[in-house]
Amino acid sequence: MTFSFWNRQKRESELEEELQSHLRMAVKDRTDRGETQDEASGAARRELGNIGLIKEVTREMWGWASFERLMQDLRYGLRMLRKSPGFTAIAILTLALGIGANTALFSVVNGVLFNPLPYPHPEQLVWLAESKPNFATGSISFPNFLDWQKSNQTFTSMGLSRGYSYNLTGLGEAEQLRGRLISSGFFGVLGVNPAIGRCFAPGEDAIGAAPLAMISGGLWKRKFGGSSEVLGKSLTLNGKDYTIVGVIPASFDLSLGGFNHIDIYVPIGQWENPLLPKRGAGLGFHGIGRLKPGVTIEQARADMQGVTQGLAAAYPDTDQGIGSAVFSLKQTIVKDLRVFLLVLLAAVGLVLLIACVNVANLMLARSSVRTREFAIRTAMGASQGRLLRQLLTESLLLAFAGGTIGLLLAGWGTKVAIAQLPVTLPRAAEIGLDARVLLFTLAITLACGIFFGLGPALKSARPNLHDTLKEGGRGGSGSRHRAQGVFVVVEMAMALVLLIAAGLMIRSLSALWRVNPGFDSHNVLTFGVALPPAMGRAGSTGIRAALRRVDQELASVPGVQSISLSWAATPIVTDDEDLFWIEGQPKPTSENEMNMALSYVVEENYLNVMRTPLERGRFFTVQDNEHASRVVVVDDVFAKQYFGDQDPIGQHIFLTNKGGRAEIVGVVAHVKQWGLDSDDKEKLRAQLYFPYMQLPDEAMALSWNGTGVMVRYDPKTPAIGESMRAAIKSISSEHVMTSTQTMDSIISDSLATQQVSLILLGAFAALALGLASSGIYGVISYVVEQRTQEIGVRVALGARRIDVLRIVLGTGMSMAALGVLIGLAAAFALTHLMASLLFGVSATDPLTFAAVAILLLGVALAACYIPARRALRVDPIAALRYE
Amino acid sequence: MGPRYQNRIELLQGTLDLLVLETLRWGPQHGYGISQAIRTNSGDILQVDTGSLYPALHRLERQKWITADWKISENKQRVRVYRLTAGGKKQLESERSRWAQVSDAIAGVLNPAKRESEA
Repeated sequence: MTFSFWNRQKRESELEEELQSHLRMAVKDRTDRGETQDEASGAARRELGNIGLIKEVTREMWGWASFERLMQDLRYGLRMLRKSPGFTAIAILTLALGIGANTALFSVVNGVLFNPLPYPHPEQLVWLAESKPNFATGSISFPNFLDWQKSNQTFTSMGLSRGYSYNLTGLGEAEQLRGRLISSGFFGVLGVNPAIGRCFAPGEDAIGAAPLAMISGGLWKRKFGGSSEVLGKSLTLNGKDYTIVGVIPASFDLSLGGFNHIDIYVPIGQWENPLLPKRGAGLGFHGIGRLKPGVTIEQARADMQGVTQGLAAAYPDTDQGIGSAVFSLKQTIVKDLRVFLLVLLAAVGLVLLIACVNVANLMLARSSVRTREFAIRTAMGASQGRLLRQLLTESLLLAFAGGTIGLLLAGWGTKVAIAQLPVTLPRAAEIGLDARVLLFTLAITLACGIFFGLGPALKSARPNLHDTLKEGGRGGSGSRHRAQGVFVVVEMAMALVLLIAAGLMIRSLSALWRVNPGFDSHNVLTFGVALPPAMGRAGSTGIRAALRRVDQELASVPGVQSISLSWAATPIVTDDEDLFWIEGQPKPTSENEMNMALSYVVEENYLNVMRTPLERGRFFTVQDNEHASRVVVVDDVFAKQYFGDQDPIGQHIFLTNKGGRAEIVGVVAHVKQWGLDSDDKEKLRAQLYFPYMQLPDEAMALSWNGTGVMVRYDPKTPAIGESMRAAIKSISSEHVMTSTQTMDSIISDSLATQQVSLILLGAFAALALGLASSGIYGVISYVVEQRTQEIGVRVALGARRIDVLRIVLGTGMSMAALGVLIGLAAAFALTHLMASLLFGVSATDPLTFAAVAILLLGVALAACYIPARRALRVDPIAALRYE
Repeated sequence: MGPRYQNRIELLQGTLDLLVLETLRWGPQHGYGISQAIRTNSGDILQVDTGSLYPALHRLERQKWITADWKISENKQRVRVYRLTAGGKKQLESERSRWAQVSDAIAGVLNPAKRESEA
């Protein structure tokens, strides 16, 4: 049925005319029968009944009634909302913030957790590692990988890769680029095709193959203007020429650790590392794989178990005890963010609930003002359902206004907020407002509108006509007070849950900050230095000389207090391991039986830089160089683990990759390599320090390409980073300094997840506290107003101030206490969900629970006290005269 | 107040349609006339509630069983006059026979003896 407004108006007036003519005829019949005009018209009206209702029921027969009614409700609703702009603005703003925050967080959860990875058949993709005695997910050696690839039954393909830095020369100023060594089939596993050119062909990743490279879309634009002539050109990386065969699309972003901002991809075989062909070498390679269609992860694990057992039998020397670890790629990418994001989503959901309760409270307060309006509309013939529809229309109008603004806020704010976060979210580029997010927003908007609208609407739509109209508009009702009381209890409970979550985070973070990392992170700078590519052919003597030059130049920079080169390992950021056995114990027959320790290759000033305490013996000196006999320093964990109560000093160990026999000359304190929160839980904690200049020649020959530097500086020196960069450039233009970071920021970054959780949970909890206390304030003010007369009578009868206070505060505090009790129970049930974010505190920490409950009760008491003071000032005479 | 009207409409549903259609069989009539006719013809027993009559008239009109025109009455008033359509006549036949069945059935229930003797 088509709807025409004009037609509708015509029918409306015709209906009116039809009923009026009915009335006139009825009156005429009655006067004809002899009744007076007055009698007749009164009786006829009574007989006709409620004209408004007749019209409404009749209109329904026209068929378009429901749409027409909706339009009418909308018009009326808009008018009512315009009439109280303050209420409307507050309600819409509250909802916009609530819905906006939920939409934003959901879009993050959706993009990171829910959406499949942006590759064909993403469910088939897995992440691969070797499981070793010391590492659940250790690196895969190249020979083992090649055998995995050959012998498995359940994978379509496998790929292997690790990070590597390249010094690019010959194309403008020398620069350090992030690169990856990859196996030939790597991009094929993901199903990523090159923008132009090709990927590496099978066999091109073999040791000794021709040097080829693929570059990123970003580098392609920056250095080659996006020209297709880039194919076949050569690129000078670390002094060696590589032929460019393909360009990876700029959109490629694996979001796996070490895959950010990669510009260069080179076949694995190009790595001139003597350990590469060794089966037992742990060189930081990890793999990806694509399962055959229909194969489950469990089947793949069983298959790989067979493969690794075969290898262990064939190469017991290196592969004994080596298994494989197979995890879904998406899970590996998302990792511990799952709990973090879901906890935040739950918290922001609670905030929205509180916002809804607050708006419901406002609606209720307003509806008691509107009681007369509803009573009159009912008397005029509006049915109860019609009133309910009207009120729901109003609340849905509010909800949708809030939802629309919230959606705009979220759409604009999410990207900005993510960029500000100290946490790097994986898959950040995939976060956005897609259909699922829009549907979510629509659903919560609808739910909000119904949730905060229905309660007050049900209450208002059942007005007691007689009483309300008789009361002459004062319209008070005890049931409003009760309903508001329920709202306050709910708000208190939810606020308590959020406060406890925030409190647990505060306790965790303060515990974490109290953890001693084993070094003093203040005023320590770390960065990388790469020597000119020509040094690759300079031999170990030349490299040692060049590194000493770097040492000298940096040490002479004003403000530098001490400096040490540090190869491969930076506490918390990167780790390196060494295999060894102890002199006097039987020599292990295979690498598998050897011991493993975290190793730090550093110089004599390292302890001055890091301020790690020396516990026994001595640290290195300048004399511990290439000409002196090898020495090592171990940490107290190493000493205890391998020597127990014996003094390790003067003992000897054999280092397989560092030239052999070395004497232990000192013991230092343990450094929390694995992070402040998880170091204690790791298996591999023994640490040893090796003098940089005693690195064997083949290792020294590799170190020109990038070594770490740790510097303790005077914080009063301005722009010390720039001075050091200048000092390095002063040696030669081909010396490159990379990625400067302070140790403070490294520690702070390692706690980023906890910090962001704390900031967001704290903000949500503060918001909840504010809303809940304003809620209890409003109710108690109302109670005081309603009971002014009663209080006056009591005071007149001799009640003391304390009695009055007890009445008012008692009402408020019993609501608060009930809310706190419910909140405690809810928190008890819920906080264990966030256990993995906590450190040094149990999820049901009694101290936090008690402190937060007392805090909330205190705030509630303060919120009640203000209206209670008003009650104390009630003048009995005035109160009794009232009315 | 609301539910009272709603109930009455439901009670008279169907029966009221039959009465309206039957009244209009004797010629076009306005709403007031229809209510008066039903009242008179039932010996003042059936009083059609206006709140049921007009919704019923507008519904029957929508179902195209009756049509309506504005006419000038003998009192020189503009009145809305309803007339039975061909479809309405058919509907009336089926409603009548349905009513006959129902009333026979009710009579049968109320006088079981009579039913047996006929059998």
